[in-house]
Amino acid sequence: MKVNVLSMQNKISPDDFAPLGEGYFREESLDTEEIGYWKASWQRLKANKIAMTALVLIVILMFFAFIGPMISPYTYDQQVRGDEALWPCLKHPFGTDRLGRDLLVRCMIGTRISLIVGLVSAVIVMIVGSIYGAISGLIGGKVDIVMMRVVDIIYSVPEILLIVVIKMVISDPLQTLIDTVPMFHGLQKIGSGLIAIFIVYGCLYWVGMARIVRGQILQLKNLEYVTAAEALGCSRGRMIKEHLLPNCIGQLIATVMLQIPSAIFTEAFLSYLGIGVSAPMASLGSLTSEALNGITSYPYRVIFPAALISLIILSFNLFGDGLRDALDPKMKK
Amino acid sequence: MQTSRYIIKRVLLAAVSLFAIVTITYFLMNLMPGDPFMSEKASEENRAILIAKYGLDQPVYVQYGRYLKNLFHGDMGTSYVLQKGRAVKDIITESFMVSMGLGIRALLVAIVFGIILGCVAGLSKDKLPDGIIRVVSSLGISMPGYVVASTLMIVLAVNLGVLPVSYNKPGGSIMPIITLAMYPTCYLTRLTRASILEVMNQDYLRTERAKGMSEFVVVFVHALKNSLIPVITYLGPLTASILTGGFVAESVFNVPGLGRYFVSSISSRDYTMIMGVTVFYSALIVIMNLVCDILYKIVDPRIKLD
Repeated sequence: MKVNVLSMQNKISPDDFAPLGEGYFREESLDTEEIGYWKASWQRLKANKIAMTALVLIVILMFFAFIGPMISPYTYDQQVRGDEALWPCLKHPFGTDRLGRDLLVRCMIGTRISLIVGLVSAVIVMIVGSIYGAISGLIGGKVDIVMMRVVDIIYSVPEILLIVVIKMVISDPLQTLIDTVPMFHGLQKIGSGLIAIFIVYGCLYWVGMARIVRGQILQLKNLEYVTAAEALGCSRGRMIKEHLLPNCIGQLIATVMLQIPSAIFTEAFLSYLGIGVSAPMASLGSLTSEALNGITSYPYRVIFPAALISLIILSFNLFGDGLRDALDPKMKK
Repeated sequence: MQTSRYIIKRVLLAAVSLFAIVTITYFLMNLMPGDPFMSEKASEENRAILIAKYGLDQPVYVQYGRYLKNLFHGDMGTSYVLQKGRAVKDIITESFMVSMGLGIRALLVAIVFGIILGCVAGLSKDKLPDGIIRVVSSLGISMPGYVVASTLMIVLAVNLGVLPVSYNKPGGSIMPIITLAMYPTCYLTRLTRASILEVMNQDYLRTERAKGMSEFVVVFVHALKNSLIPVITYLGPLTASILTGGFVAESVFNVPGLGRYFVSSISSRDYTMIMGVTVFYSALIVIMNLVCDILYKIVDPRIKLD
């Protein structure tokens, strides 16, 4: 075909319509491998030295609390005759109290209680809070308003006061329940005091969590992919489980991690007041309050449990901070 | 108009919260096993007389109605056990004055030191002062109040002997104040630091620098003002928790404040005292949060209502 030199027409040849060669796109693709959300978070976490140190500390504390008492030659309620009120020595590295009980093993048990309280209450808070928040955020309207007012009310309760009252109310019925109903015999070992604490957490501590979940859900609800899923006939339950929860799980975990220290705080405080775990069980709080009577002559009895609880809370705080930055880099300041 | 509607709504909500708390506590309290006179060495008959005298033999909802009616008239009843026969209102007023004296001083300490340390840390980011302040404040928010109290006791009173253990001696209020102020100071430090770091990156500060404003004015007038906004939100809960949370400090250092009635009223089943303390504390918390939210809104008009 004769082509006009001044023509603005494109020069098209039949080659332009030939299929592309096999290797054409391969050159364009980046050669980094694809990283999933969890893997990326883990890499961010690994790079954070403080958080990793805290994680190592938490693992060491877990060994101390769960393996330690098995290795120790004493049990937490064993009164060693002739070894009363000892200063720290080789036989009793943390010393003994005035009844001759080894304080190292009692501190281990106390640490165990703190860790159990922290972890179990985190699970309770996570379950109750996220279900409540998700329902409130998803249904919306009047239900949402009422549910959020309930949250507001619980938020403004003087919690320690209510915790003490609730604990006193449910402790006795709980004890009879554990003693009489065979199904609950297994709980005897944990003790009604501790279970009462868990129930109280389940009643009061989930509100912050519920607020965060609701906020996240409201934010996600307006995104297009949720509308698309709805248009395709996705049921409510499936929507929560498959579309909404996975998208806010990072923030949920970060919030829960920061909840652990406050749960441990409260348990130690309650035991310090003498209304947490019941004797002869040892908690870091009750160990400290027992030791305060002889503070002038036996300061070491205060130092060990006090240092341990601070160490536990510190490690969870630092690890929680690191985890939040790793799971939710958008929030990082 | 919008603001006043918001305020009215918040006040109503606060009233509903208070009412709910009072109701829940009242019925929970009556579910506790035992009664106020269980430790009395009186015979069964005398106990029955006492119970009848205070109307505790009537159904709980009748008692509740009566309590509520009296409460609205400003009458909180008299103490059954702890200070028998004395008006609950007087007991609370008297002991709260002591708690408040400590609380306000602790609050001032926390605000002043928290903001100063936070600013120093934020402005010297990743340098030595920042590092030290971050380590110390992380430690500080990890120590339960009773740990702070016992540590102070061991170091300052027992080992060094510079401060008296008892509250009544001169200088005796220093350790309770440090105990109370420790956590909030460290928390405020972290909050201020994070907030300053966020504000320092904002465009308007770069513009100011580009226009040749002195660094001093940029930081202390324009950056600080905006970075203190999140601090204000924390002040409400902080004030409430310092004023109410003095229990540990008060019990370790034997301060005759309201904190000691916290648990003793419950364990002795002194019903009117439990209710009095609950009503008082909840009202304090609710009002503090209310004031704080409204203040927040006034300080930062960018915040959308509700």
